[in-house]
Amino acid sequence: METYAVEMIDVTKAFPGVVANDRVNLAVRDGEVHAVLGENGAGKSTLMSVLYGLYEADAGRIRIRGADARIKSPNDAVALGIGMVFQHFKLVRDYTVTENIVLGMEPRTRLGHIDLRGAERRVAELSERYGLAVDPKAKIEDLSVGAQQRVEILKTLYRDADILILDEPSAVLTPQEVDELMAVIRRLKGEGKTVILITHKLREIKAVAERCTVLRRGRNVGTVEVAATAESELAALMVGRAVSFTVEKGPARPGEPVLELRSLTVKGSRGHDAVKELSLTVRAGEIVGLAGVDGNGQSELVRALAGIDKPSSGAILLKGRDITKVGVRERIEAGLAHVPEDRHKHGLVLGMRLDENLALKTFYKPPVSKAGGALDFRAMAERAERLIGQFDVRAGKGPASKAEDLSGGNQQKAIIARELDLDPELLVVAQPTRGLDVGAIEYIHKRIVAERDRGRAVLLVSFELDEVMSLCDRIAVISRGAIIGELDAAGADERYVGAMMAGVRPEDYKAAAAGEASHG
Amino acid sequence: MAKSIKNTAGAQGASSAPSGSSSAAGALFNRLEAFAASDGRMSLLVVALGFLAGTLIVLAVGRNPANMFAALLQAMSGWDLTRGVFNVRYVGEWLAISTPLILTGLSMGFAARAGLFNIGAEGQYIVGLTVAQFAALFLPQIPVLHAVLCVLLAALGGAAWGGLVGWLKARFNASEVVATIMLNYIAFFLSRWATMRIPGANTFRTPNLPQSAQLDAGFLQRLTNGSNLNYGFFIAVACVVAYWWIMERTRLGFALRATGMNKDAAQASGINAKRSAVTSMAIAGAFAGLAGAVVALGSFNHGRVLAGQDNYGFTGIAVALVGNSTGLGVGLSGLLFGLLASGQPLMQSRGIPKEITLIISGLVVVFVSLRAGLRVILAWKRREQLVARAAAAAEAPGGAAANPGGAPASPGGGSAAAGEE
Amino acid sequence: MRDLILILPSVLMMAAPILIAAMGGLVSERAGVSNIALEGLMGIGAFTAATAHYFMEAGAGPASVWLALAFGLLAGMAVSLIHAFASVSLGADQVISGTGINLLAIGVPVFLSQIIFRMERTQPFRIGMMPGPGGVYPTAYVALAVVLLTWYLLYKRPLGLRLRACGEHPQAAAGAGVDVKAMRYGAVLASGALAGLAGGCLVLTQTIQYTQNTINGAGFIALAAVSFGRWLPKGVTGASLLFGGAVALAIYMVNVESLRRLPPEFFSVLPYLITLVTLVAFSGKDWAPQAIGKAFDKGRS
Repeated sequence: METYAVEMIDVTKAFPGVVANDRVNLAVRDGEVHAVLGENGAGKSTLMSVLYGLYEADAGRIRIRGADARIKSPNDAVALGIGMVFQHFKLVRDYTVTENIVLGMEPRTRLGHIDLRGAERRVAELSERYGLAVDPKAKIEDLSVGAQQRVEILKTLYRDADILILDEPSAVLTPQEVDELMAVIRRLKGEGKTVILITHKLREIKAVAERCTVLRRGRNVGTVEVAATAESELAALMVGRAVSFTVEKGPARPGEPVLELRSLTVKGSRGHDAVKELSLTVRAGEIVGLAGVDGNGQSELVRALAGIDKPSSGAILLKGRDITKVGVRERIEAGLAHVPEDRHKHGLVLGMRLDENLALKTFYKPPVSKAGGALDFRAMAERAERLIGQFDVRAGKGPASKAEDLSGGNQQKAIIARELDLDPELLVVAQPTRGLDVGAIEYIHKRIVAERDRGRAVLLVSFELDEVMSLCDRIAVISRGAIIGELDAAGADERYVGAMMAGVRPEDYKAAAAGEASHG
Repeated sequence: MAKSIKNTAGAQGASSAPSGSSSAAGALFNRLEAFAASDGRMSLLVVALGFLAGTLIVLAVGRNPANMFAALLQAMSGWDLTRGVFNVRYVGEWLAISTPLILTGLSMGFAARAGLFNIGAEGQYIVGLTVAQFAALFLPQIPVLHAVLCVLLAALGGAAWGGLVGWLKARFNASEVVATIMLNYIAFFLSRWATMRIPGANTFRTPNLPQSAQLDAGFLQRLTNGSNLNYGFFIAVACVVAYWWIMERTRLGFALRATGMNKDAAQASGINAKRSAVTSMAIAGAFAGLAGAVVALGSFNHGRVLAGQDNYGFTGIAVALVGNSTGLGVGLSGLLFGLLASGQPLMQSRGIPKEITLIISGLVVVFVSLRAGLRVILAWKRREQLVARAAAAAEAPGGAAANPGGAPASPGGGSAAAGEE
Repeated sequence: MRDLILILPSVLMMAAPILIAAMGGLVSERAGVSNIALEGLMGIGAFTAATAHYFMEAGAGPASVWLALAFGLLAGMAVSLIHAFASVSLGADQVISGTGINLLAIGVPVFLSQIIFRMERTQPFRIGMMPGPGGVYPTAYVALAVVLLTWYLLYKRPLGLRLRACGEHPQAAAGAGVDVKAMRYGAVLASGALAGLAGGCLVLTQTIQYTQNTINGAGFIALAAVSFGRWLPKGVTGASLLFGGAVALAIYMVNVESLRRLPPEFFSVLPYLITLVTLVAFSGKDWAPQAIGKAFDKGRS
């Protein structure tokens, strides 16, 4: 009779526009290491946030150690012995390791003030027992990312957590730190803890997990015994079989290189190298898709390309011209168009009108600007009318509509209209169809192909593997800030691509595939 | 992130309507939202509340609020209710005192549209005032030209003082809030020191300013029965128009507005945020400097060694907030606050302590800050509603299956309201 | 040198209110709420203390001064409730609501003076606080006590650890079970109380009545001291002494031979100039609490 530490039964959680978890069932045995695998948008983090009390499920039940549980806040979860280590650490940089760990549960002396020395002792004990090497007196800002993560784990252990949820723990670690983490997980299991590992890294699942539940598009598509399942099978489950979108297009006719990235390195928000010596070429007349799981450096790469962030080393060449140090406006003038990932942050000024947004990159020169600095509103409106007609942007009040009143699809169409109107040499598009309906998606794909056929170079960055595989001519897979493999889209094996997205190197995949083939 | 409205386990709740609130509350909520969306209406509400609060305070201390309103009426129209007499001088005084308020309001408003908080209008005002006084006393006394030069130099002085702040922000990312407060005091003491060194000056005034530098307008004075109304008023009107023109009709204004509304998108589109900071603060400083010039050359015939802050700069903050930082709005709002100021002596003579106007001004600013908070609450409630609707849609059989890519239920709902992942 | 020692009691007299108010600012900002209303809250406290003392002087004798300070403290705390409600509960812009309170504080005290005393100032009280041994006013000891108490609470008690976390990384605090909103409310009220107390100290030691010019920027100097002192009790104490010294020098330098040549405005401007320079020079590394000025949004991770 096995006991389950955690049972989530028919859990459903929806947000405006998307059902993140759709009647998901999850059962984690007591004392096991259980992985939850899925791509971006699959619903893994949401599910765990429900378990930890950050969200309340719209429907479904949770049982902890066999008893029904109502988890309305993290405090409830902690009281039940559940601890969670987040992807974005919740650590006060100025505090020491000990202060962070005991915050909220401080040991007191008889006089009522913080017993710092007692706290440090306890931290050292826990650290020793679970093999989590940290200096209790060190300040967080002086610690490596791996060490910071150990502090987060210690936080849960200090609160006597028996069930630990680790959310994409290896996303920010170096390979050695990942190995250390794997050792820690094994140690935790040895001490009787139950570990739920949210991840998309197949290798780690194989290294430490016993069973694995795969989520796709909010649904549980299967729970498997890890030892009995090959990485390629896991990848297949994660990614799915059918390609949902087929795009009509002729063959590509690639010409001269338009964009060359040479050993580009860009620092991320935490000071680490988000993009690590990345090299890539995009030619005229082809669509190169950058496939990868969110968090592997795509956002930083696109921002560096657009000119918003400066790379720390390496070069960006546009038609042979080095634009690495050049400002945003000059890049636009040189022929670079950018459809940003976050259309509300970088794409549109929501408070402004549609025609103003359409002129956002060209307002400073004729025809929108007249001599002497005044704006020509008629020219602005005319251009807006033209673009609205060409790109079928539905807006209630036409060019005078406020950008925030447009639907997501139309906002995106407007941005694309603006960028294509620049007649660019290079079009950089990031997550172009996120949150859009089928009609808008089709339209945008058609336009991108049309640009390619006119001889433009297109770099498409997307988390949707289907989109990349159907739309692009060539696929480059980004993992940990560098290109892990490149291949032609035609006839590409999506399990192979999925595996690369999950960090499996091409050689290793091929070797494993060959090994399977020989076993029959 | 809004927590969803919890369903009981295994809900078959598809029968009930998906709005999370009862119909009466729902209707009220919708009406509240529509009201809050209009900036103009919110401003009126805020002012009305301020006056209401003022009335209650006057009642609470045992005075008659009718006197307060009678004073304001007299200040605005010149009509004295109690004595049944009409004196247009009060109207002139009202317009005269509104002038610097409109200008400092424009100063604060201009910076605000560009995304910066200019509490330094007081300091820029002082610099403009001081420069105007110096220019008046030391430049050649050519009629008309002299006054024009004084005014221009004052504007430049204010622009420099403001531009300095913009530069500090752009170059060092120094907080403009603390920097401007510091510069206010530095300007104040600098002004005192410099003005006292003028030959013939004592600890509170300088020699008389030459007529050629003053902004007095004979015809205006005759028109308003000897009030203080002077050319400064026309400067203010011209500035309102200039403000509107720059903001709404030029590419500079376009760039500043975009930066103010969404600095990230503006930068991603090639607009230079650092240059915008300096330019907007310089222009804002120029407006405040003009306010100083108008007071120095229009309301006094001698230079002053400032003993305390005139507070036009601070009241300008209230003016801009109520005026929603638009040209016309600030103009009207400046007239309103000018009315409150010019009504002070009239109130005092009717037994209402004149500080009630300052209290109303302060309350209005506090209410304005609550106005933003009200919008935040309404937005949050709206999100809750949407989430409840989406949840109910997911519950319906086949609802989820029909929704793989996720068609947004709300306009512009592209960005990750769905949280991490 | 002797001259400097002689003006030490004056320096302490000037610095004490600045220091007390600065501690209030420190507490509030460490919790993540910027409070530029210190100036206005000091004014409210000064007015209340002056009025209370005037009425109680005859009856309560020497205790009247201390009672008056208590009233000043309570008044400051009460008015700061507005700022707390606006910034913490409603997430309003903290600078706007702070400015609103400053504007109110220009008007309310004089308004009430007109009602109560029929003048635009409070009726002068006979004797304010009496200086103690060495000419040092008791307010200096009050200030010292406030500093020690603040330091103790912030760095030795769990309360302090949690409060500082609210200002550095409120999500981390919330994750650890701390009620960030309640903490911030408490911090703002504490800063209002201290500012009110500071205003009371100022009016009872430096003058005989409350007028519109009584505070004259002391609240902003306190704010500057918090910045210059890098949000640490030790630093803020040093900064307050420095600034208080500058203010004292400006008044008493006429008695000091060597300094008489410099214009008095030089000393008056010193605190602000120093703060501006340090603000710019040290703006690379951000000493301020990381989460200051931002409303706490539970949803953000």
